[in-house]
Amino acid sequence: MDDIAILGVGMHPWGKWGRNFVECGEKAARDALADAEVGWDEIQFVSGANSVRCGYPGYVSASTFANALGFTGCQLASSYAACASGATALSIARAQILSGVCEVALVVGAESTPKGFFAPNAGERHEDPDWLRFHLVGATNPTYFALYARRRMELYGDTSEDFAAVKVKNSRHGVFNPNARYTKEYDVDDIANSPMVADPLRLLEICATSDGGAALVVSSLEWAASRGVDNPVRVSGISTVSPTYPNSVIELPYLASDSWAAVGDETMTFKDNIAARAYEEASVSPEDLDFAEVYDLSSAYELDWYEHIGLCERGDAAKLLRAGDTALGGRIPVNPSGGLGAFGEAVPAQAIAQVCEMVWQLRGEAGHRQVEGAKVGLSINHGMFGHGSSVICTR
Amino acid sequence: MAAVEGLFTLDTDEPRLIGGRARSRGSYFFPKALAGSDPACLGDEIEEVLLSRTGQLWSYTTGEYAPPAPYVIPGDEFKPYVVAAVRLAEENLVVLGQVVEGVSVEDLSVGMDMELVIDALYSDEEHDYLVWKWSPTPMSENGDD
Repeated sequence: MDDIAILGVGMHPWGKWGRNFVECGEKAARDALADAEVGWDEIQFVSGANSVRCGYPGYVSASTFANALGFTGCQLASSYAACASGATALSIARAQILSGVCEVALVVGAESTPKGFFAPNAGERHEDPDWLRFHLVGATNPTYFALYARRRMELYGDTSEDFAAVKVKNSRHGVFNPNARYTKEYDVDDIANSPMVADPLRLLEICATSDGGAALVVSSLEWAASRGVDNPVRVSGISTVSPTYPNSVIELPYLASDSWAAVGDETMTFKDNIAARAYEEASVSPEDLDFAEVYDLSSAYELDWYEHIGLCERGDAAKLLRAGDTALGGRIPVNPSGGLGAFGEAVPAQAIAQVCEMVWQLRGEAGHRQVEGAKVGLSINHGMFGHGSSVICTR
Repeated sequence: MAAVEGLFTLDTDEPRLIGGRARSRGSYFFPKALAGSDPACLGDEIEEVLLSRTGQLWSYTTGEYAPPAPYVIPGDEFKPYVVAAVRLAEENLVVLGQVVEGVSVEDLSVGMDMELVIDALYSDEEHDYLVWKWSPTPMSENGDD
């Protein structure tokens, strides 16, 4: 797969601002344009990552953001893929660029979220698994994170202290990130003293819902060169894969896993496949990574990703953590940005924010959270119902 | 009455989940309406089947805070509850459900035998609204585990 260039990145800081999401997206977009030294009137295509929590303007995000910046007649696409929306929006921009439909594009996602648990859409919908899981089981998002965490404890011997150590690590990284919402350094006692939400996970270990915005200016390598940018950060792989049947893990928001009675076995999982596709497109392997940005929806969830992206064998993630390998200064830092533990989640902006962090790292502009000599980074997450999301950036 | 019709039988002694099975392929689904994730089932007839009512505990957790609607708080005030994911013995399919009241996480461990029961999800003046729940299989049936 051919690469595209990332010319500029921008973010609106994460927080609980009580502000229209459009303001967050517009600020991020203007910063990305300024960073790229590209004029808004030069942008030929806007790819918006939608929000389903901000009314109609959220469903037509590309138009909403283009309107905020001033309508210029550029082409638009708005897409939604839950937490994978940002990667999906980037993949659409890449397709437009590599097919020659446009040369330079803006990718934007932003959201303002209510406090507390995410809730399903209104109405009584007996065939919507998202409705059924709340009504019949009381299964919130943390329910699923906790099921995975408990399984790690029983299968691999991970402990609550391991999970807390993930949060401690990410909070130390987040201290150095001006866009993070939480910049306090937590210790294990802070976490042990926070209320239990879904056993074994406590409040400080579960991703909050945040407001924020993130944007990228991307172009063909030729267009970048025409602007004198000969060594840009490149998007070298994007994975937006679906699960492969049968996926033995119960994924959000379903009531049941796939059945592996007819074919397959219990070791087949969706999250392994997401990374595999990104590696394949980028022609890199886990050993090539200098750092990774993974979706720590919970502290324990970060450990699952170490295994899914091939940093270690299944069951060995806590060993990496305990050895300090995944902290800044370690062998393969994970979430140098501070991750969701420091940000909370602004759904359509989050996967784009992961790419922003990769760009700062690969340019050597990440300040105190810089991974020395970083050349290859991977971001990964997934959108509920089964949207894969992974991006590999290289320089 | 069932909180949602068509997902489980109301046989109070031996309740069963109502799932789907691809007739020639042999894949199982729950709920039946979600059949379709197996690409080999395209065009296969999905028959309605009653799923195993026993299985092994895959994982478990608690709900310590009241979820948003459409969750209905049973009774006057919210009480924390336990949630289990159980791998059905025959179908190799992991199914979520609440655990019956009186069982705490200290009573549970991954791999233990569980069985399906019918219990009230919530009630109003006219009805108990019923749902499936998971319960540890009584020790007498649990072998030497």
